[in-house]
Amino acid sequence: MELLQRNYFELLALPAQFEVDLTLLDQHYRSLQSEVHPDRFVTASANERMQSMQVATQANEAYQTLKNTTARARYLLQLNGIETLEESNTAMPGDFLMLQMEWREAIDDANSAKDISALDQLLVEIRQMAQQLSQGLSVQFAQKSYQEASESVRKLSFIDKISADIHRVIEQLENA
Amino acid sequence: MALLQIAEPGMSAAPHQHKLAIGIDLGTTNSLVATVQSGMSLCLQDEHGHALLPSVVRYLENGQIAVGHAAQSAQSEDPKNTISSVKRFMGRRINDIPDTTHIPYTFRDTGVGMVQIETRGGIKSPVEISAEILRTLKTRAEKALGGELTGAVITVPAYFDDAQRQATKDAARLVGLTVLRLLNEPTAAAVAYGLDNASEGIYVIYDLGGGTFDVSILRLSKGIFEVLATNGDSALGGDDFDHRIFCWILSEAGLPPLNQEDTRTLLTKSREVKEWLSENTEAQITSVLSTGQLVNIKLTADKLVELTQTLVTKTLNPTRKALRDAGLSIEEIKGVVMVGGATRMPQIRQAVAEFFKQEPLTNLDPDKVVALGAAIQANVLAGNRSDDDLLLLDVIPLSLGLETMGGLVERVIPRNATLPVARAQDFTTFKDGQTAMSIHVLQGERELVSDCRSLAKFELRGIPPMVAGAARIRVTFQVDADGLLSVTAREQSSGVVADIVVKPSYGLSEDQIINMLKSSFGAAEQDKQARALREAIVDAERLIEAINAALAEDGHLLSADEKASIEAQVNALEATRHGNEKDSIIQAVEALNHATENFAARRMDASVKQAFAGQDLNKLEL
Repeated sequence: MELLQRNYFELLALPAQFEVDLTLLDQHYRSLQSEVHPDRFVTASANERMQSMQVATQANEAYQTLKNTTARARYLLQLNGIETLEESNTAMPGDFLMLQMEWREAIDDANSAKDISALDQLLVEIRQMAQQLSQGLSVQFAQKSYQEASESVRKLSFIDKISADIHRVIEQLENA
Repeated sequence: MALLQIAEPGMSAAPHQHKLAIGIDLGTTNSLVATVQSGMSLCLQDEHGHALLPSVVRYLENGQIAVGHAAQSAQSEDPKNTISSVKRFMGRRINDIPDTTHIPYTFRDTGVGMVQIETRGGIKSPVEISAEILRTLKTRAEKALGGELTGAVITVPAYFDDAQRQATKDAARLVGLTVLRLLNEPTAAAVAYGLDNASEGIYVIYDLGGGTFDVSILRLSKGIFEVLATNGDSALGGDDFDHRIFCWILSEAGLPPLNQEDTRTLLTKSREVKEWLSENTEAQITSVLSTGQLVNIKLTADKLVELTQTLVTKTLNPTRKALRDAGLSIEEIKGVVMVGGATRMPQIRQAVAEFFKQEPLTNLDPDKVVALGAAIQANVLAGNRSDDDLLLLDVIPLSLGLETMGGLVERVIPRNATLPVARAQDFTTFKDGQTAMSIHVLQGERELVSDCRSLAKFELRGIPPMVAGAARIRVTFQVDADGLLSVTAREQSSGVVADIVVKPSYGLSEDQIINMLKSSFGAAEQDKQARALREAIVDAERLIEAINAALAEDGHLLSADEKASIEAQVNALEATRHGNEKDSIIQAVEALNHATENFAARRMDASVKQAFAGQDLNKLEL
């Protein structure tokens, strides 16, 4: 089916590039959902209801992918024929591995000390690192340095996971 | 003089005539029905002028069923057969109900399925009891609106899981009510509030009802209501406050364990006292028990605050979680809208004001706002408003996952994903020649299977025999706009569609529903067939109407031949539907559906183009 074969940039009528105008992304996503959402097809035929659900599902997927830096970079690499292989390729430069270990230790320490503010601080630090990587990605995509971009995505992926873990620990501490 | 509209023979007359659609708030304590008339959303009243229908159902000795005020007033005299707060049992097993000792019903543990209640009228599922409430509201609406209803939007707590949602939809089906959409209660409230106040920005809906607590965070922008995160507790509400007071009375008055009548009497007193103390500083509780013992004690508002402090605090944790999931800080919240009768309690308002550092918005009737919002959405969904672009983008409240090795849950769809949402997961076989596998779907945030809610077990059958690990079975989990899950499976290399046998862990099976339908319609086989025929005719009429509307709007997307062919199929169905042959009607419906597949695809494509009409697509490097 032609419609569902469009890539996410095409579906949301945005140029297929790393830099995305987030305001425009929001606007286009809303315009698209305003037309295709299942709420617009409640009294339509079964065919149209099904199609509406599929396209609206894809619009959500596209929006989430393009909104998130890591996911957008990963997707753009895929469109260029490059898989980031985060599951299998875990080789990382030594300094990044060190940093990760430090973060893990800091999480454990803060967890034992029940120190939520230390965790919040750690999140700020990690977010700064993510921003640096994201700026690097801009350059890497502009220069079509896809292997380097791949490595940045893998690093960002680690950072996303660590952030999620920190949030989980904070939640546990707050619930205790 | 207005021009007369004359339809072609066989075509329905005015395609844009006003459809009768209603919004139903099926609440734990009270239920309401509302509709939009002349652009205004209003609650419909019963013949005594009451909008609120107490969600109480009584099975009488003469076989009749009383619903609402009449049932409520008999609660103390006939506690076993007078069921209140049945919403708490929807999609729940007996083990899920935290404390059955003070509930005066005789529960039947069905083992794996939904809990049931023994009444004078027989053993009743919570779905059947809820259906009685819906039936009363449906009748009220039909009388008030004077016609057949196109359908209803029924609200559910945002934090309801799949089993509870499905149970609600099943209840509507039992009374022949078409569900246009299950709508989350806080979202419904946001619609009523947002449209009334022309609000833009980020709003929190704090909804403490009789038995459920929801908190939703929404971004309101130009008619689009986008839920950013939702959280809650589907077993926390005003009832729990009553219960705290009740327990305090027991210990304060040194009462022995009470019989059911006295339990009911004191629970009712507790509720009255709670409501009284929202406006007053102290209350005198006076009651004569069936044993002749006199209860006469004083409860102050301060003491009530102390008794219920932990309950108030319990609502703030989900609130914090929702904020974090939305990635927002308190400063970014423009307003906090209070929904649900329990938010009348001053200690709740104070706690919320302190938490958000702003006074909550209480200018809408917290009892009615959900129904009013549901009616607005029902009106839109039925197609009565096409000129504005009210659109609700809601989320799935709880993560969906699969059981993996060692009793662990692997998350497939994360909570707060915008609906509709789908994820595909690939599976392979474990043994040579394996032709079946079973998949266990769970809902919840915990890591262990035993800590999550079991939704269903699926068995995939008909996998072509291959060596172990060679088959690639792609299982797709689709959650629709109602928040309901469906599963499809396909073997990738052969393209074989595996059969899926669903065993809902809590819901009702199709057989059970049919049995309930039978019993509610007099059991006769003839009735059943008449009903099936009627359903087929309604289906056919809906399809004809939908296709004619599509042809009128987008006929230009078809070649003359294609159009003629679809029109021929429409005519064929038109002819068939007047016969009394259920099977041929169903066949003609299928044929027309098949004939319009491409047309549907083109229309969807045109819709996507329409979304970006007027923009310079060349600039966008499409």
